[in-house]
Amino acid sequence: MYVAVKGGERAIDAAHAWLAEERRGDPAIPELTVAQIREQMALAVNRVMAEGSLYDPDLAALAIKQARGDLIEAVFLIRAYRTTLPRFGTSRPVDTAAMAVDRRVSATFKDLPGGQVLGPTFDYTHRLLDFALAAEGEAPPAPQAPARDEPVPHVTGLLDRDGLIEGQPADDTPAPDLTRQPLELPASRALRLQALARADEGFTLSLAYSTQRGYGRTHAFVGELRIGRVAVQVDLPELGFAVEIGEVELTECDTVNQFKGSRTEPPQFTRGYGLVMGQSERKAISMSLVDRALRWQELGEDFTGAPAQDEEFVLSHCDNIQSTGFLEHIKLPHYVDFQAELELVRRMRREAMQMQEAAE
Amino acid sequence: MTDQAYNFAYLDEQTKRMIRRALLKALAIPGYQVPFASREMPMPYGWGTGGVQVTAACLTPDDRLKVIDQGADDTTNAVSIRRFFQRTAGVATTERTTDATVIQTRHRIPEQPLAEGQILVYQVPIPEPLRFLEPRETETRKMHELEEYGLMHVKLYEDIARHGEIATAYAYPVRVEGRYVMDPSPIPKFDNPKLAGNPAIQLFGAGREARIYALPPYSDVVSLDFEDHPFTASKADHACDLCGSGSSYLDEVITDDRGTRMFVCSDTDFCAARQAQGHCGRLSPQGDAP
Repeated sequence: MYVAVKGGERAIDAAHAWLAEERRGDPAIPELTVAQIREQMALAVNRVMAEGSLYDPDLAALAIKQARGDLIEAVFLIRAYRTTLPRFGTSRPVDTAAMAVDRRVSATFKDLPGGQVLGPTFDYTHRLLDFALAAEGEAPPAPQAPARDEPVPHVTGLLDRDGLIEGQPADDTPAPDLTRQPLELPASRALRLQALARADEGFTLSLAYSTQRGYGRTHAFVGELRIGRVAVQVDLPELGFAVEIGEVELTECDTVNQFKGSRTEPPQFTRGYGLVMGQSERKAISMSLVDRALRWQELGEDFTGAPAQDEEFVLSHCDNIQSTGFLEHIKLPHYVDFQAELELVRRMRREAMQMQEAAE
Repeated sequence: MTDQAYNFAYLDEQTKRMIRRALLKALAIPGYQVPFASREMPMPYGWGTGGVQVTAACLTPDDRLKVIDQGADDTTNAVSIRRFFQRTAGVATTERTTDATVIQTRHRIPEQPLAEGQILVYQVPIPEPLRFLEPRETETRKMHELEEYGLMHVKLYEDIARHGEIATAYAYPVRVEGRYVMDPSPIPKFDNPKLAGNPAIQLFGAGREARIYALPPYSDVVSLDFEDHPFTASKADHACDLCGSGSSYLDEVITDDRGTRMFVCSDTDFCAARQAQGHCGRLSPQGDAP
C-alpha cells in the first residue's frame, strides 16, 4: 500500500551524517589536515583556486577535504563562498614580465634573455610508480643555486621589436566582471579570457586538442610558458599611490601562431594567451590555444564550424559548476513531467493501434 | 550556528536590489526575458538557484513561505529549499497554499486558486521557449525582437502532421499579452490555463541561464494552438485514489510488480485538505469509495 512519502527531512539529515562518516573513512587511519592537503596536493589546490576564481590555498585545501577529493565539488564550495565576499576594489594589472619565475621555457628559441628554467616539472620524469613513496620515505633535498637576477622579458615582446608578431596595444578599459554582469554575446576578448581562466580544465583541454587535430587549426608554438610569483598592487585613493598587498602564483602561456597576412597587413605571427592562477600548465596552454581559435573573426579568418571557434558554444559550456549542476539535476524528481509524457505516449499509442486495426 | 554572518535571506542588499530591478523590468514587459547578474548560490545550478534568488529578493520578515516540488511540500528538494530560508531568513513557513504569501514552485501550479497579494515563484531550467528550435541565444533574442515565431508554429504543425496532435505535454509554450512567446517552465500543460488571468504575481527565475521573466496579475496568457487543433489541458483519466478529486493533476504510483497502479494528487496540500474535509477515494483507509 502506498503511503505518501513523508520524512524527506529525516532522510536528508541521515544522508548528511552518513556522508560525513564516509568522508572521514576508516577512523583507524590518521585524518588528513588542511595543511597536508595544501602542501602535498598543491596541484589539486591550484586547480580548485583557478576554477573557483579565488586565490586562497588554505580555503581550497579545506574545500578539497570537505569534498572528499571531488575537485569540481571543491570548486563549487569555493565559488559559493566567494560570491558572498564584498569587493573592495580592483588591483592594478599584474606585471608578469617582472615575475619571479620558478619555471620558464620557450619552445621557439633555444636560448633567450632570462634563459630556459626547467623548474619543478613532470616533463622528463619516467612515469614509473615510485614505491619508495608508499614507504613514506623522505625525498633528498634538491640541489640549490643562487637566484638569477637578470630580467626575464617576454618572448612575444622580443618578436614585437621586429614587428614579427601582432602588436598588443595597451588597453585601460576596466575589465568586465563575469560574476557581476550577465554574459552577453558577442563578448570582448577580455571577457572571453576571464571565462576561460575559470573554465573546466578538461573541457578546455579537449577543445584545445581538437584545434590541434584540425577542428579550427591555429598552428600554435609555445612561445613561452612561465610559472612564478607576481606582486599584486592596489591603488589606495587615500594614499594616492599603489601598495603591494601580496603575491600570487600564476602560470602564463603565450603562443605564437601562424598568420598568412592579408592585403593590408604583411605576414606576421599572431598571439594566443593563457593565464591561470597557481601552477597549471595544461590549463594555461589549453587556454591560449582556445583563445587563439576564438579570435578568427578579428583576424579575418574563416569560420570553419569548429567548436573551438564558436564563442557562444565555448562560453556557454565551459563552466563546470553550471555544467555539472544542470547535468546532475535530472536525477531530481521529474514525475509530474514524466506523468504528462506517459499520458501523451499512451494516448498516441492507443490512437495508432486503433488506426492499424481499422486498416486491417 | 554561524548564519548571522549572512544577510537576511542570504543575498546581500545590493544583489537583491539588482534582482528587484530585473523583476520590475520583467513585470513591465510581461513574458520578456530580462538578463540579470545571477549569483553562484550555495546549492547547485539546476536545483532552483533562479527561484531561490527571486524568492530571496521578494521575502520580507513578515512573509509566510511555501515551497513545493512536483506539487508536494515534502519532496527532498522542497524540504531543502524551505529549510534554507528558515535558516537564512527565519521566515514563517506553511504547507497551506491559502496561508502562503510567497510560494516557490518547481513544475506545478497549486490546485487551490491563488489570490491577489500572493507571489508564485517558478524555478526555470531553460527560459528560452525557442531553444530547442535554435540553440543560439544570439539568434533567439533576435527572433523575439522581431516577433519571428514562425518556426515555433511550424514545429507545432509538424507535430500534428506526424502524431495527429501537438506532442508537447509539459513546458507547453504560451504567448503573453499578444507579444512574447514564453516558456511556462516545465509545468504539465494541465496547469497552463492557470497562468492566464491569475490574480497572483507570477515570477520566473532561471539561475544558470541568468534570466528573469514575469506575469503581472491578470495577464493575458494563451497556450499556442491552431483553430482546428485547439489546446487541451490533459491529465490522467482517473480520480485521486485518496481524496476522490476528479479535477486535480495526478501522480501515478506503481504499487506492485504486476502492473497495479494507483493515482494520487500531485498537490499534497490540496489532497490532505480534501481528506480532512472527509472526501474519500478508491483506496482511502475508510474504504467507502464512490
